[in-house]
Amino acid sequence: MPTGDFDRLLEAAGGDNNGSTTEDRTNYYEDAPSNALALPLWLDSDRMGFLLPEITAEKVDLQRGVVQNERRQSYENRPYGLAEENILQRLYPPDHPYHWPVIGSMADLSAATLEDVRGFFRTYYTPNNATLAIAGDITPRATRQLVERYFGDIPRGPTVTRPTPPAVQLGADVYATIEDRVQVPRVYDAWHSVKAFADGDATLDVLANVLAGGRSSRLYKRLVYELQIATDVVAFQDGGRIDGKFELWATARPGHDLTELARVIDEEVRKVAQAGPTPREVERAQNSFEAQFLSRMERVGGFGGKADQLNFYNYFVGTPDYFEKDLDRYRKVTAADVQQAARGYLVDAHRVVLSVVPQGKPELAVKQ
Amino acid sequence: MRRSDGRTVGPSDCIHVWMVITGVLLPSLSPTVRLSGQAVDRTKAPAFPPPPALKLPAVQTATLPNGLELAVVEMHKVPVVDVQIVLDAGAARDPADLPGLATFTATMLQQGAGRRGALDIADEAAFLGAQLNSAASYDAATVSLHVPKRRLEPALDLLADVVLRPAFADSEVARQRELRRAQIVQLADNPVAIAGIAFSAIVYGRSHPYGRPLNGTETSTASLSRDRVAEFYRATYRPNAARVLITGDVTLAEVRRLLTARLGGWERGPVATLAEAAAPAAAARTVYLVDKPGAAQSVIRIGHVGVARATPDYFALQVLNTILGGAFTSRLNQNLRETHGYTYGAFSQFSTGRLAGPFVASASVVTAKTDSSLIEFLKELRRIRDEPVPDPELAKAKAYITLGLPADFETTGAAAARFRELLVYGLPLDYFAHYADRINAVTAADVQRVARQHIDPDHFDIVVVGDKSQIEAGIKALSEGPIVYRDLWGQEVK
Repeated sequence: MPTGDFDRLLEAAGGDNNGSTTEDRTNYYEDAPSNALALPLWLDSDRMGFLLPEITAEKVDLQRGVVQNERRQSYENRPYGLAEENILQRLYPPDHPYHWPVIGSMADLSAATLEDVRGFFRTYYTPNNATLAIAGDITPRATRQLVERYFGDIPRGPTVTRPTPPAVQLGADVYATIEDRVQVPRVYDAWHSVKAFADGDATLDVLANVLAGGRSSRLYKRLVYELQIATDVVAFQDGGRIDGKFELWATARPGHDLTELARVIDEEVRKVAQAGPTPREVERAQNSFEAQFLSRMERVGGFGGKADQLNFYNYFVGTPDYFEKDLDRYRKVTAADVQQAARGYLVDAHRVVLSVVPQGKPELAVKQ
Repeated sequence: MRRSDGRTVGPSDCIHVWMVITGVLLPSLSPTVRLSGQAVDRTKAPAFPPPPALKLPAVQTATLPNGLELAVVEMHKVPVVDVQIVLDAGAARDPADLPGLATFTATMLQQGAGRRGALDIADEAAFLGAQLNSAASYDAATVSLHVPKRRLEPALDLLADVVLRPAFADSEVARQRELRRAQIVQLADNPVAIAGIAFSAIVYGRSHPYGRPLNGTETSTASLSRDRVAEFYRATYRPNAARVLITGDVTLAEVRRLLTARLGGWERGPVATLAEAAAPAAAARTVYLVDKPGAAQSVIRIGHVGVARATPDYFALQVLNTILGGAFTSRLNQNLRETHGYTYGAFSQFSTGRLAGPFVASASVVTAKTDSSLIEFLKELRRIRDEPVPDPELAKAKAYITLGLPADFETTGAAAARFRELLVYGLPLDYFAHYADRINAVTAADVQRVARQHIDPDHFDIVVVGDKSQIEAGIKALSEGPIVYRDLWGQEVK
């Protein structure tokens, strides 16, 4: 179909679409009124089956410019925007697929050739490497017939083997400092943790919630509320297919350096590792997660809607039917689990400590 | 053009399909999909039946004896409830000497209330799995609660404390004031935040409420005190100047009972009528440059004073803006992103308020193409006035708006956001029942008329936040107006 028709036809039917790529997977979605179900299937099957010969050098160059601007907008022109790629470089060896950011470096984006793009499409945008989820006001039999009709004649691609690099560990703590066009410094801690849905994954979500989940968390209370040396603190477990990482950051207030912040962060992490969270803290986190699960049931489309969730579960645990079991993982977490996770994955493990400081102010970085 | 005939391919036996209908996961289909043998026409989009009629949840109303009006939207699909208390306590009421007071007062509601301390409130909300928020825009303050149904009652207790019995303790005022001062320092690092603040200040000036920063300035923040907050609260947080919107798994009778018990004692009080404010006379087209040395992109905002929510041109402007910069296939995005690759996205918007809000076209563009981007922006902004919109483009925009409406009412949060607009601007509660008809009645002539009336390139304020040393010469060479230098607050730089 002519360039641009994908979006034009969909909008003219009252629909929308978008896509995203993480380290592990790429997903596309089309949302459309139920009467127009055939349209997104026709469009999506056209993309999967017939885009390849339409990928030209001109189109690649144009979209290269768009993605370079995405990189500028979301990373380079955003305060602290280059922190994440600096962490990944230090957490993973150069040959590990998580070593570089998903968006790529400016040099990588400039270097990508037409053949690189076509080769990637030929290898990975194949029916045998894709799953399709449909959610909404549909009838299963008719929907299945439509799917067969539009996707049935798209040939298999090559068998895809997923990279399985050996597990990585840090041999020692890694301290690094980068300068940015910011006025106050921010400290990042990153540890290797566990893969998505592995044992400990939900426990680490609860740990992140206890440490920095909102204004009732331990680190918010110490750093922002009581000591007033930070403006914000964030922690999260980020599990992927190949590896996971646990990350924590805090931004200093003017007049405070990162060594001050790091001391309090370490103290609070150690406290959880030594004494564990209180039963109320665990229950509070569980209630918050349960409420999020409920709200996720409200929407069929878009990122995080029901269709996306079915694909997400299928990708990581091999079945789309995992909503209840996923919620159960959180219900089962105990204070002792959280304590053990804090000790095992944070206190007893090595980490990357990245200081992002204002230009010319290396003295604000965390001192070892 | 591609055709499927002549293709000799085997059946694709490998795509996995999962389906879910209204929350129930069907047994996964056999992974082996057999072909029906029917050839697909890949050259022509499939025909499909007309869309089903729009089904909107109804709005029910009730009034408590103290004058508090309730609007209830029953949505029983998922056991969650969204509650919004909408107050005529927005930043348009900020005293001229204290911008940021309305948003600060909203923040302070949660920093101690009733017998609960600031941390108790945060702890209790999280324990109930509730999202409790309090914030202010220019036109309203909103205290909102999103909570699982089974925790609704204790969550409403918390909400009532926050709205009716805030403590405004000195120590908490000082704590939040210092936090806000630190956050304002950080604003100067963020080119997108700078562009927003500077644009409003330049378009409206400091004497108009929409020209003042919502969260105040460094100077005004230093003046925030318990007395000023308590005074603002006393003067504006009244049931006769508030409405409650409840969306979700509840009934009107249930809501009336639960809220009478908790908000029935809220005392009425006089709330001053909000003064009108006239927008300043438009200046001749000028480029305002905010220097950001080393910036990888230039953040562009182009516009001027637009229209109020009450404008009779509202629906024509919705169609106009969808065509111009309100969708992925809009002219600005197609031109600057898909044709030229200057940006990751270009947009436009008529922000309608109680007063005339700004019209703005915006994008973040690569530094080296700042001048070229301005040329394309101005080209599109002039073309929409000069040429009537072709029929297919008009039809696409109207369908995108009207057929996209169901998604706006899919979740309790989304539906609440749409209905909330009706409460803030005093629009009839059956407004959305006629929305699609009003959009569908818009003609190409209407679009051109409102474009000519409400987009005025001769009087654009063009704000560019970027690396002056890289972009100034190129902008000057465009001869689209004088260049003046401004800071983050939109104030002159000598």
